[in-house]
Amino acid sequence: MIVEFSLNGQAVREDVAPDMRAVDLLRERLGLSGTKEGCGSGECGACTILVDGHSRLSCLMLAAQLEGRNVITIEGLGTEKAPHTLQEAFTTHGAVQCGYCTPGMILSAADLLAAKPAPTRDDIRKGIAGNICRCTGYVNIVEAIYQASRSLRGEKP
Amino acid sequence: MLLKQPPSGIGVSAPRTDAMAKATGTEKYASDHYMENMLWAGVKRAGVPHGRIGSVDVSAANGLDGVFAVLTAKDVPGTNRQGITHKDQPVIAEDKVRCVADPVVLVIAETREALAEALSLISVDIEPLPLVLSPQQAMAQGAPLVHDRESNVLKHVVVRKGDAEAALAQCDVVVDFEYATPVQDHAFLETQNGLAWQESDGALTMVVSTQAPFRDRFEIGHALGLNPGRIRVQAPYMGGGFGGKDGATVQCLLALAALHSHGRPVKMWWSREESFIGGTTRHAATMRYRLGANRDGALQALTCRVDYDTGAYAHLGVEVMALGLEHATGPYRVAHTRLEGNCVYTNNVTAGAMRAFGVCQVAAGIEQAMDLLADKLGMDPLELRQKNALHRGDVNAVGVTMTHSTGIAACLDTVAGDAAWQGRRQWKQKAGPDVFRGVGVAAVFNAMGYGRGLSDAAVAKVRLSETGDFIIYSGVADMGQGNAAAYAQIACEVLCQENASVRVVQPDTAQGNPSGSSSAGRTTYTYGKALVHACREMARRLISRAAMALMVDDEREMALLPGRIRHLPTGREMPLSAVAPILHPDDRTCIHQFQMPVALDTVEGGNPFGIGFPHLLFSFAAHAAWVEVSRITGHVRVVDYLAATDGGRVLNPQNFDQQVHGAVAQGLGYALFEDPMPENGMFRAHDFSTYILPTAMDVPPIRSVALETDESSGPFGMKGIGEVGMNGPLPAVANAIADACGIRIPSAPLTAEKVLLAMVGTQSLQARK
Repeated sequence: MIVEFSLNGQAVREDVAPDMRAVDLLRERLGLSGTKEGCGSGECGACTILVDGHSRLSCLMLAAQLEGRNVITIEGLGTEKAPHTLQEAFTTHGAVQCGYCTPGMILSAADLLAAKPAPTRDDIRKGIAGNICRCTGYVNIVEAIYQASRSLRGEKP
Repeated sequence: MLLKQPPSGIGVSAPRTDAMAKATGTEKYASDHYMENMLWAGVKRAGVPHGRIGSVDVSAANGLDGVFAVLTAKDVPGTNRQGITHKDQPVIAEDKVRCVADPVVLVIAETREALAEALSLISVDIEPLPLVLSPQQAMAQGAPLVHDRESNVLKHVVVRKGDAEAALAQCDVVVDFEYATPVQDHAFLETQNGLAWQESDGALTMVVSTQAPFRDRFEIGHALGLNPGRIRVQAPYMGGGFGGKDGATVQCLLALAALHSHGRPVKMWWSREESFIGGTTRHAATMRYRLGANRDGALQALTCRVDYDTGAYAHLGVEVMALGLEHATGPYRVAHTRLEGNCVYTNNVTAGAMRAFGVCQVAAGIEQAMDLLADKLGMDPLELRQKNALHRGDVNAVGVTMTHSTGIAACLDTVAGDAAWQGRRQWKQKAGPDVFRGVGVAAVFNAMGYGRGLSDAAVAKVRLSETGDFIIYSGVADMGQGNAAAYAQIACEVLCQENASVRVVQPDTAQGNPSGSSSAGRTTYTYGKALVHACREMARRLISRAAMALMVDDEREMALLPGRIRHLPTGREMPLSAVAPILHPDDRTCIHQFQMPVALDTVEGGNPFGIGFPHLLFSFAAHAAWVEVSRITGHVRVVDYLAATDGGRVLNPQNFDQQVHGAVAQGLGYALFEDPMPENGMFRAHDFSTYILPTAMDVPPIRSVALETDESSGPFGMKGIGEVGMNGPLPAVANAIADACGIRIPSAPLTAEKVLLAMVGTQSLQARK
C-alpha cells in the first residue's frame, strides 16, 4: 500500500506492507537510524518520534498510520552543524552517555517543552518518565532539559 | 607560552566528543548497520531448562519460501564450545540442553518475517531432565548433574588470613548475618546484535556490539575451528554494555551464519525477551557472615561463605567469585579472615560479567553486618567505619599491602561533614504522619584491572594524518562510559592540540591493537596510560623532525602547539600540515604498550584462583542514602543520595559524575525494583513492564563528590570508577530502611511488598508482647 507523509520537512511516498511498523520504515527503508529500538513493545521510549508535534512510539505504530502526518525524527530536529537547543544542551550538560536513549529522550523533551515552555524539574521528570535511560541516572538529562527550556525562553544560562 | 592549558585538556569539564553525533542521531551503532542484499539470522531456543534432545524437525522451516539455510550442531565446525576462560557452552546444543535459552537450530532467512515464521515452524522434542535451581540444591548429595563432571560445583575455594575461628571466639562482640542478592539484568537499551559477512578470500568480517573485539576473534576461532587471524571484528559505540557484552553473545552464531551465507551479509539482533535469557545476568548470591570486634569497635575477625549461582555455563563465574571474595570484608582492616566461596552450575539462566562483578553482592553482606555490629556496640555506624577504614600501608583482608592510593577514610570524612548527614536526626523527626524516615551509609571499594595471572595491558596507537591531524586507534570499546572521549582529551593534553584536530577511531582489529576488554575499571586507566606514552613519543618525534626542517640544532627550543610547531626564540613556525607530508608513513605512527601493575603479596595457599586474584589498585566510595518508607504501602522512596568517591585525579569532572550517577541509579534499581523473577529455570519477567527499571521518577538528584587522591601509576593520577558506585546503593538503602523502621529484610530487592510484610510482622510481634 502507498503511504504519503511529510518526513523532516520533505514529502515522502512509499509502498509499504500493511503490517510494516513505522520504526522499520524509518530505519531500514529510509535510513534514519537515529530512531532506535530498545524493546519493541512501547516500554523504553527509544523509538520516540514526533507525529504532528506529539511524541509517539514508532515501534507501536504501523507505517500506514503515518499517512498524511507531519513526522519529525531526531535527524530532522537538528544537525551536528545546526543542532536544536535540546541537542546542544544534552551535549553541554553531559546528558549523553551510551546515547541509545538520547534521540527518544530529546524528542520527548521537545514535546514537553512545546506544551510547557517553563517546566519545573519535577515536570521534566514526569515528562520523560516514559523514556528509560540505563546510563545516566537522569540527573544530567533533567538539568539539560531545564537549561534548554531557559534558553528557548531567551533566558541567560 | 606552553603554560596555557589546552582548551580540551585534563581536568576540564569538557563536553564529550561523542555526544553531539549521538544527540543528532548520526552515530552508527552496530544495530544501525544494514547492508544491501542482507540476510537475517535467528535461533530456535530450547524453551526447557534441562533435557535430552530427541528429534528436531526442521522440514517445514526448510521448505519455507525465503529461508536461506537451517543449521544445527552438526553444521558447526570446530569445538562447538564458546566461553572466555571455561569453554563449556555449545554454540548450538548437541544432545542436551542445560538452559532455557540454549540455541538448538540456527535459521538464516531473506527477511525478518520469513525468519520468524521459520523459527515458529521448527519443532524440537526434548525429554526433560530433573532441574537444578539453586546452589544449595546443586551441591546436595545426589543432585542431578548439569554438565558431565563429577559435581555441579565449578569452583570451591577457601581464602585464609590468620585464624578467624579462634579470633572470633576471643571477640567481645560477634554478629551473624545471612543475606541473598538477586539476579540483575544489564538491560542495556541496545540488545545484543551484529552483522557479519565472509570476504571473497574466505576471511570473516563482523560489526558487533561488543566489549571485547580482540578477544572475540579467539572465542569465535576456538568454537568454529577458524583462524582468529582471519576474523576481523569492528566494535562501534555500544548502546550500553555493563559487562553483558563481554564475551560472545551473537558472535559465534553470527560467524556460523556468515559461513553459510555465500558472501552475503547476515544480521542477528536479539529481541528484548531474548536478551533477558540469551545473554548473561548478574550472579544471584547467598551469603553467611560472622563478624567480630573488640568492645572499642576494632574489627578482629570475619568468616563468610558466599555461594554464587553461575547458571548453566561458567562464563566468568569463577572470576566473579574471586573478585567477590577479595572484597567480602569491605574496605577495612581485619586481621583474621576465612572467606569461603562456591561457584555453582544450575539450570538457571547463565550469569556472567556485570558492573561490580561479584562485589555488589558481598558489599550488601558486609555493610549490613557492619550496621548490625554498630548497633550491638552502641556505636555510630559511620564512626565504626571510620575507625576500621583501610589506610595506605595497611594490609588488606586478603593479605595485600595497600601500597597505592587509598582514599576510603577521606570519603567517609566527607559524608561525616555533609550538612544533611549532620542534620539527619532533625530531618527524621520532621517525617510526615504516613512515612518513616531513615538514613543509611555504606563504605565500598572495587578493584581495578584483571588481577594477577593475566596481563592487563593495552597498546595505544596514535597517527599523524597526511593533513596534520591526529588519529587515535582505540583498542578498547566504548559502551557508553566515555573512554573514547577521554582518549581524545588525553591526546589533546599531551599533544597540546584542540579537539577538532584529534579523532578517535573505534576498535577495529584490522586497525588498532589488542588492548583487552572494556571492563574492570581498566578502560581509561590502562589504554589511557599507554596513550600518554604514545603521544609523548609522537610529540618528541614531531619536534625532532621539525627541528631538522627548520634547521634548529637545539630541540629544547621547540614547542608543539595547536596545529603547528614553533621555534620559540625566533617565532618561526611550521604547521603540522607541512610536517606530515615530509614524514614517511611509518614515522607518523607511534605505538606504546602499558601494563597495569599487579599485587605481589600472596595469601595462604597461594593463588587459589589461578587468575584474577588478588588486585593491587582499588577505587573507594562512601555512600549515604536518605529514604522515606510509606507506612501504608511499604514503598521506599530515596529522596537524597550522596556519593563520595576516590577515583584518583579526575580527568573530566562531567564524565566522572556521569559514571557515579549511572552506577548509583543502577544500584538503586538493584536495591529496590529489579528482579527477573526466576522460576523453574526461566524468568517470569520478559519485558520492561515486568522487569522494573528506575525511571526519572525513581532516581533522586545524586550528589557526587570527588576525593582526588593521586594514583601515581595511572594516567594523570586517575583510577577507574565505573564500577565502585554500583556497590553502595543496596546496603545504604537497606541500612536506611533499618534506621527508619527497624526492619531488615533478608533479600534484595527491597520491594514495597517485602517492606510492608516485614513492617506488619514487626508490629504484630510488638502487639503480642
